[in-house]
Amino acid sequence: MKSTLLIGLANLLRGIGRRMIERIWRLGAGARLFFLTIIYSGESFRRFHLTLREIYFTGVMSLLIIIVSAFFVGMVLGLQGYNTLQKYGSSEAIGVLVALSLVRELGPVVTALLFAGRAGTAITAEIGLMKTTEQLSAMEMMAVNPIARVVAPRFWAGVISMPILAALFSMVGVLGGYLVAVPLIGVDHGAFWSQMQASVDVREDIINGVIKSVVFGVACTMIALFEGFDAPPTAEGVSHATTRTVVISSLTVLALDFVLTSFMITV
Amino acid sequence: MTSNIVEIDNLSFGYKRRLLHKNINMVFPRGKVVAIMGGSGSGKTTLLRLIGGQIKPTHGQVRVDGAVVHEQDRNGIYKLRRKMGMLFQHGALFTDLSVFDNVAFPMRELTDLPESMIRDLVLMKLNAVGLRGAYQLMPTELSGGMARRVALARAVALDPNIIMYDEPFAGLDPISMGVICDLIRSLTDALGATSIIVSHDVKETFLIADYVYFVADGEVAAEGTPHDLMLSTLPFVHQFVHGEKDGPVPFHYPAGNYQAELLRQSAK
Repeated sequence: MKSTLLIGLANLLRGIGRRMIERIWRLGAGARLFFLTIIYSGESFRRFHLTLREIYFTGVMSLLIIIVSAFFVGMVLGLQGYNTLQKYGSSEAIGVLVALSLVRELGPVVTALLFAGRAGTAITAEIGLMKTTEQLSAMEMMAVNPIARVVAPRFWAGVISMPILAALFSMVGVLGGYLVAVPLIGVDHGAFWSQMQASVDVREDIINGVIKSVVFGVACTMIALFEGFDAPPTAEGVSHATTRTVVISSLTVLALDFVLTSFMITV
Repeated sequence: MTSNIVEIDNLSFGYKRRLLHKNINMVFPRGKVVAIMGGSGSGKTTLLRLIGGQIKPTHGQVRVDGAVVHEQDRNGIYKLRRKMGMLFQHGALFTDLSVFDNVAFPMRELTDLPESMIRDLVLMKLNAVGLRGAYQLMPTELSGGMARRVALARAVALDPNIIMYDEPFAGLDPISMGVICDLIRSLTDALGATSIIVSHDVKETFLIADYVYFVADGEVAAEGTPHDLMLSTLPFVHQFVHGEKDGPVPFHYPAGNYQAELLRQSAK
């Protein structure tokens, strides 16, 4: 009885240890892929059409979901914001609330979450399937570096697309908030825009939002690329990899958001 | 320049303390078709990966054109690979590129040839495999045999000195098998290349191979010309070549006593 208990405990500890070692190994392998991607990035810029093609697939093809989501998020912000502000007689600050929420937080974060769900999973599935069907091995055997030819252009496409998508998100979100606040609710049009202009600072708000979106772009794209590259070459392996991309990207974005915000905000 | 373009010397290779190959010695002369045959899981494809430098041996050496493969740095390996072409088992065509772009891929990536010359070369390679008319098709629109032929055209795009074939006949109908067979021989002779075929299709391989190595239990179990091996009395070779159900490679996976297990099951 005692030995069964001890064996069970030993197995539990062994299992925990194995999972920890596996996670640390994956973290190291991911970091290695990141550094190799940076080192072999030259071709992505020398032959910029490779990166442009990927910007189309990751960025342009994500436009619809970004714009529609931004519109609804902006409208909800307008509604909820007005609902709270009018209790304190500050309903005319709705423009400030919508703009600052979007530019500082919701723009970069929601864009990154949507990007991970749409473009990230597509990247993971594509690279996972390329691995399963030996396309990456074929490239290696043709003396073509798959990191330079496949991974790096997708990485830079994600990094370039993310801030643009985040900016579009913020822009459309503000329009959504305006449509709810001004024509629907009746907030003064001049107050909406003038208070926003006075309160939104380029350096503290907009630039910080851009910095966040660039960092999220690096994180989400790199996670998607690594999961695809590391996926077991089976249908099940690719399927699990796409799920992991969404989960890990989402958690990483939220954690990074906290870290970056704590550095950016001076209390 | 040696008469052998690839030499495998006392090669041992294994995963996680289990040796897949033990002291393998093989030579691949220039301009010949050499086959590596054996049962499933005998490590035939692993030998191709060792020759191509995708994995490193545990002991021993693989030399390609005199250069030890696993001692090369990244640039050295890529230089060796430019002398090689490989046909993967399922073709490994790039699914987002057309037939034309697939065959043009190595030329565009590794040479500075102008597009007009690349166009002519691609059409010549596709013509050699009988698919010049299919140059605009996408890989998803090709049959298995056609995809294999396009992959072959891509493998010989830069006129390699060594062409490696990983199970080139697997899953093909008899006509496609015959076509691939004929192409392997004709391309080897036309390019003066060395072909290394990994296969377990005896009939097709024996038709075109100049020399055959049989791999079993991690070692070279037998070697010789197809004619010698057809007449071989070695039990493993005889079972393999004649497709016998039972022999040194048993039919039954190791298990307990059959009667005892049935009786135990019915007693429950």
